[in-house]
Amino acid sequence: MLEPEVGQGALLSIRLQVNGEEREGEVEGRTTLADFLRDQLGLTGTHLGCEHGVCGACTVLLDSLPTRSCLVLAASADGCRVETVEGLARDGRLSRLQQAMWDSHSFQCGFCTPGFLIQAAALLAENPTPTEAEVRHALSGNLCRCTGYESIVRGVLAAAEGRELAGEGSK
Amino acid sequence: MLSWLLKLPPFAYRAPESLEEGLELLAAGDGEARVLAGGQSLIPMLALRLARPSLLVDLRRVPGLAEVKEDGAGLRIGALTTELVAERDPLVRARSPLLLEALDFIGHPAIRSRGTVVGSLCHADPAAELPAAALVLGAELTARSLGRGSRTIPARDFFLGPFTTALEFDEVVTEVRVPAAPPAEGTCFLEVSRRPGDFAMVGVAAAVTREGDRVVDLRLALTGVGDRPRLLTLDELGLEGRASSEGLFSEAGRSVGARLRPPEDLHASATYRRHLSTVLTERALRTAFGRADIRGGAAGA
Repeated sequence: MLEPEVGQGALLSIRLQVNGEEREGEVEGRTTLADFLRDQLGLTGTHLGCEHGVCGACTVLLDSLPTRSCLVLAASADGCRVETVEGLARDGRLSRLQQAMWDSHSFQCGFCTPGFLIQAAALLAENPTPTEAEVRHALSGNLCRCTGYESIVRGVLAAAEGRELAGEGSK
Repeated sequence: MLSWLLKLPPFAYRAPESLEEGLELLAAGDGEARVLAGGQSLIPMLALRLARPSLLVDLRRVPGLAEVKEDGAGLRIGALTTELVAERDPLVRARSPLLLEALDFIGHPAIRSRGTVVGSLCHADPAAELPAAALVLGAELTARSLGRGSRTIPARDFFLGPFTTALEFDEVVTEVRVPAAPPAEGTCFLEVSRRPGDFAMVGVAAAVTREGDRVVDLRLALTGVGDRPRLLTLDELGLEGRASSEGLFSEAGRSVGARLRPPEDLHASATYRRHLSTVLTERALRTAFGRADIRGGAAGA
């Protein structure tokens, strides 16, 4: 509905589903989805790197699609379903993808890792048996300054192949 | 809420439930309001303080704008159709191979899932793919405003300069129409960028109509090499009346390279961009020619 006066700084009520739970909050128009997840819900696994859509660290699933949460207003996500990196593990056990990336040493400093995990999870949900080229293409919008990407690609391929490198996989 | 921690500058936000309400807000905004669709260009502009609107009018609740339809004249792509939806749409896949090819070069999966086809056209980045494709396809944009109703703007009149279009501040583009391609036309989109998904250093959209081995029509637009993409035809390249296709494509490439004054930046020198323009033009035209159905030509084979 159109309220007569909704100015800058006015608070908007939003309600969305995050990792399967109904959450609500009050945000400014300029609050991004990433800001909301981190500052209001305390879900700091979603990392903010560049904050203008280049680095991919803040990638979440928005209605099942990988999305830069720094480029979506929290108000625009009202009524949507969001999955963050915190939603990947179940009952304290890493998902197969997480375990495979752990086993493959797919991170060093870990800053980019949540974005890679979400982007890779979206790829595997759509294409469970990607080629290496498909993995590289799918991850090309995520930046990592430590690994040189080799171990990340290996980790995603290992998850796709169902290999559990350390023998301690989740499933 | 710790406002000082927020990256984006302050603005008022509205998500009207109808197009009319949105048009009212824009008209009342007096040039200070901006339309928000996917936000994949506008939000970075806000973050970098390249845009400072006082009001964002989010179209997400406006019904009927997210559809791809087909009528006798061609495809109609609604303002909220994301690039991802467009590239997966059976109509787009069947009817517009050029659009499909151009879409694949745009950003990354997590950008295309939100970014819209119409939004990219309205943003008018001089290195974007879709404006060049729209020119070659002879696309038309439908713009609505509160006071003046609906008007149609051909793509060739739409792009005026970097991030500047023929759109008035109180107008919303509700859809882009892409005419059906004649069967004797082949198309190709090629691009070179530093990394997949980056903006083009040079991109070329090409369409060639053939009759047997003759080129009867040719349309070309380059992106990343000027303030905006421009439509080039046989006539404008000084190649009208040329029959043989073989020499034609390399000559077109040289002609394009010679006429350009491409920008120079940290991604590529002007010389390199000119070289790429020459090579990609020839390659795109040759590929488009090879894809055209000779049997569909008026003169046949």
